[in-house]
Amino acid sequence: MAEQTYIQAISDALEIEMKRDDSVYILGEDVAEFGGAFKVTRGLHEKYPGRVINTPISETAILGAAIGSALNGMRPVAEMQFMDFVTNGFNQLANVASTTSYRWGMGVPMVVRGPSGGGTSGGPFHSRNSEAWFAHTPGLKVVCPAFPDDAKGLLATAIRDNNPVMYFEHKALYRSIKGEVPEGEHTVPFGEVRVVREGTDLSIITYGSMVHKSLKAAEKLAENNISVEVVDIRTLVPFDEEGVLRSVRKTNRALVVHEATSHAGFGAEIVARITDKAFDALDAPVKRVAALDAPTPFAKTMEEFVLPQVEDVVQAAEAVVGY
Amino acid sequence: MTLPFEFSETIQRSDILRDEQRKELLVHMLKAREFDAAMGRMYRQGRALGGVYSQLGNEATAVGSAYALEANDPLFPMHRDIGAHFVRGCDIDTLMRNHLARVGSQMRGTDGTGHYGDHSKKIYGNVSHLGAMIPVAAGYVLADKMRGTKSVAMNYIGDGGAQVGDFHEAMNLASVQKLPLVLIIENNQYAYSTPTDEQFACDKLSDRAIGYGIEGVTIDGTDVELVFDTCRQAVERARAGHGPTIIEALSMRMRGHAEHDDASYVPKDMLEYWQQRDPVDRYAAWLIDNGILTADEIDGIRKVIKEEMNECIDTVVELPMPDPEEGGKGVFVAS
Repeated sequence: MAEQTYIQAISDALEIEMKRDDSVYILGEDVAEFGGAFKVTRGLHEKYPGRVINTPISETAILGAAIGSALNGMRPVAEMQFMDFVTNGFNQLANVASTTSYRWGMGVPMVVRGPSGGGTSGGPFHSRNSEAWFAHTPGLKVVCPAFPDDAKGLLATAIRDNNPVMYFEHKALYRSIKGEVPEGEHTVPFGEVRVVREGTDLSIITYGSMVHKSLKAAEKLAENNISVEVVDIRTLVPFDEEGVLRSVRKTNRALVVHEATSHAGFGAEIVARITDKAFDALDAPVKRVAALDAPTPFAKTMEEFVLPQVEDVVQAAEAVVGY
Repeated sequence: MTLPFEFSETIQRSDILRDEQRKELLVHMLKAREFDAAMGRMYRQGRALGGVYSQLGNEATAVGSAYALEANDPLFPMHRDIGAHFVRGCDIDTLMRNHLARVGSQMRGTDGTGHYGDHSKKIYGNVSHLGAMIPVAAGYVLADKMRGTKSVAMNYIGDGGAQVGDFHEAMNLASVQKLPLVLIIENNQYAYSTPTDEQFACDKLSDRAIGYGIEGVTIDGTDVELVFDTCRQAVERARAGHGPTIIEALSMRMRGHAEHDDASYVPKDMLEYWQQRDPVDRYAAWLIDNGILTADEIDGIRKVIKEEMNECIDTVVELPMPDPEEGGKGVFVAS
């Protein structure tokens, strides 16, 4: 084990998988000599000449080319400079990558990765959490790691998967989160929740950046003798329904938390599964904490108001427990 | 009616093709035409499924271009390129099952409309979002280039689809990376009901090549030998590492966008003009004039194809559609 930041763990996974498999390559904007806008791919161009490809500013071409090369035996990792820009190439994912297995029986082993999420005064076009769009598209897998060890292990699993995987990195976690990460090859299976804090009064079901805010909220709630279990779902598709239900059946209360906007967000899916499958176990209605239904604003004051904060989680948790 | 291009009255004889190959070209074109006719009949009898998109008028472009590839070169056809499927060795039975979504369809009944993919024949059909497959074709040969394999991708797009943003991004990337990609723009004068002068303001769509720093040419898409020769040159250039080529092949969509569309918006004199340049008829006449085939031989070939087509239809329409539960399967491949 070695202590790594979230971003180091991602870079590490890329390097190990490139070393392990010649068919793994990277394409994207400024990813070669420059190492990418956030330096995730720094050094890989030199280590693996010809396998880190700079592209024009053309998300459609990046994603389409990734699909074509994946059909032809490669395992591309396409970087979106900001995950927001994936919208420019949305059609390639929503209609080509996602339907190829279904229509042709052919795998498209590709990963689309990049920085998403807010909290950095990035404004409306550098802050989006767009995972729900992709989770709503059959044929795509969706991964949102919260910790360095998961960031490494889930990326390795994504690269080895024979299907298209959307891998959402949270840019606010890149250098703010450190953790012990297994050295060398490390994979984490898809579709398994991680209980990151055990508790008995309430289950917080969350993923990505909100795992950390939920853990902080749990600390505060503990001061009031509220014992919170924090469940990190890690992958939205495939979704570990049983893992979520297991926790809810134990605590009999659930709060669903994500940084993405609330309306029709992935939280709605989680709530639906809980009420459908564990209604009898519930002692209170399931609540959600999510961003307000607005673009992510630029001004720090406004951004903090729009995005869910620790205090929002605390208040919602108290409401569920006090029901 | 103005035509954007000076056409030759005669077939531009290829120096490469042998007479045996000329016969093959005609057979593929006839198969495409008869398949089309059969599908049209099925539609009118209410026995087809979904839309039926005629390729009438596109035979020379689809067949001549695909014929310029080697068997190992990936082909990215469009829905009117059934002739290219025949060049690749697809059989009538399989194509009919695909079109009618019967058991044994290559796509399990999940999709139709010429969108077929077949790894064994290196065919990767289009999706309905036009232009989406141009970057996919570019990526396919990018992979080969990285591995040092010298394959060439051929991709098709229409005069309408050429206006989609994917076209630009893909051709620009392919040009920057010098990818072995040949893009055939099948300019058949109409995008559904929209004529070309409402789609683009340039004289020739191949002029766009200048903007990408690559080669581009506009040709008569009703002359199968000219199409073959032009494509062969582009394929050889691509294989030699000289990058992509845009080939605009002019022809006429002789039917509506699909069979439900009577295409009453197309001026009659335009159809009459192009009828004189029917790609199958003029090639057949040229083969006869040049002593390569006799009229009787051609009639015989056509008769055999028609019989095979009808026999196949009679068999395939009786087959069941796939098990309904198949509709929920295959969203992911095994990890």
